[in-house]
Amino acid sequence: SNFIIKQWYQRRVAITAGGFYTGGSIVCDLNCEKIHYIADNIYCCGAGTAADTEFTTRMVSSKMELLKLRTGREGRVISALRMLKQYLFRYQGYISAALVLGGVDVTGPALYTVYPHGSTDKLPYVTMGSGSLAAMSVFEDRYKLNMEEEEAKALVCDAIKAGIINDLGSGSNVDITVIRKGEVEVFRPYQVVCQKSQRQGDYTFPRGTTVVTNTTEMVPFSALQVTDEEVMEL
Amino acid sequence: MAAHLASNELHLPKYVNMKERVAEFWKDEGTTVSPKKHTMQPIVTGTSVLGIRTKEGVVIAADTLGSYGSLARFRDIQRLMKVNDSTIIGGFGDYADFQFLMKLLRQQTIDDEVVGDGVYRDAPAIHNWLRCVLYNRRTKFNPLWNTIVVAGKNYGGEPYLGYVDKIGVAFEEKTVATGFGSYIALPMMRKAMDENPDMGVEEAKAVLKRCLRVLFYRDCRSLNRFQIGVVSAGETSISEPMSADTDWSIGANPSGYE
Repeated sequence: SNFIIKQWYQRRVAITAGGFYTGGSIVCDLNCEKIHYIADNIYCCGAGTAADTEFTTRMVSSKMELLKLRTGREGRVISALRMLKQYLFRYQGYISAALVLGGVDVTGPALYTVYPHGSTDKLPYVTMGSGSLAAMSVFEDRYKLNMEEEEAKALVCDAIKAGIINDLGSGSNVDITVIRKGEVEVFRPYQVVCQKSQRQGDYTFPRGTTVVTNTTEMVPFSALQVTDEEVMEL
Repeated sequence: MAAHLASNELHLPKYVNMKERVAEFWKDEGTTVSPKKHTMQPIVTGTSVLGIRTKEGVVIAADTLGSYGSLARFRDIQRLMKVNDSTIIGGFGDYADFQFLMKLLRQQTIDDEVVGDGVYRDAPAIHNWLRCVLYNRRTKFNPLWNTIVVAGKNYGGEPYLGYVDKIGVAFEEKTVATGFGSYIALPMMRKAMDENPDMGVEEAKAVLKRCLRVLFYRDCRSLNRFQIGVVSAGETSISEPMSADTDWSIGANPSGYE
């Protein structure tokens, strides 16, 4: 489990994600990519089962590309949303993908959440995953309409940090993706929150620690005789 | 009987075997069902209690709602109790069990007063007592379904903030929250303490009001009517119920789910 949040501000969408993947109580991947590419103008953060989020977003990404080729137009966030929710609903929640979908298209900026059972929400700020309550508390405290980009990035980063620090299922760094009309800016990492500290001592053994009692010469392969044999099958 | 009294023997009370007596009393009751004695689920409940310990004193807050499941049934209950001049406790969970604890603590304060030496139990003492009681009850599989926040000061006047659980988990911390508050309010309180470790009582009250506002937004079983208690060098008091300003304007903006 891991968590992501997203926030809609001033005609753009900022998506952030914490960098952790856990397997039970073990951290599997310290710095994974949770912000998935769906289209040039649409990105999706995934919380829940990592494989489910990865494969679901990849599937929708390829469907969006096919749609773009068929229609000759840039894809809309709402199309990706429909594909995601109809897919997840069909699997009745067994595909444990909790997604935050965001992008900017011809209709403007869009931000949605998709729950594993297939329900969706359309909101100005959203959080998903185990650290979502901690992040949501930051949003509820400080979100305002029409924030500036820097203010929004700081807010979204603080929200993820609240999850990283207070939730045991989240950790490592903050990645941010800002989607604007016509361009996407990826900050990976935006902020490094937890860094592996420097080892205090050198634990390598110096050469000569193990006393050499005897040496044997290695026979080079070319010096061996190679014979060709037919192997009989029984 | 008269002969027995007339003798010169010492009339010491005989040892009475209560177990036998009780078994004798209940021997015909095997067929009836005995009443359920163990708290299996909380009935009327209180939601989060929040506490911050500053260098000046301790601030504790709780709303005034007693929920009956999903019904907001009792909207004017006191979940903060002033035990004595050095301690205020806040109760989360089953309200009946909290009332029971309040009754016991009230009696303790009376006992302290009756001794007459002017010394009352301080916050660490009450915290420890609550821990013993709650752990003992959990060991007997009959818990008092509460999480109590103990806010106060010790005999030296230093601020003290403690937490005791229904399973007897007890610790002392700078910031404490129960229930939903531990997910939503605790990150905010911790951040405020990290940024401003020397905050005073008034700043702590402002932080708690912010937390209570967010809790009202996000906790289904909360109410926008709360009390804030303060234990500092000067005062030990619980405020009148008050409300936080809420902003629902963003709700008008996007609508629908697609």
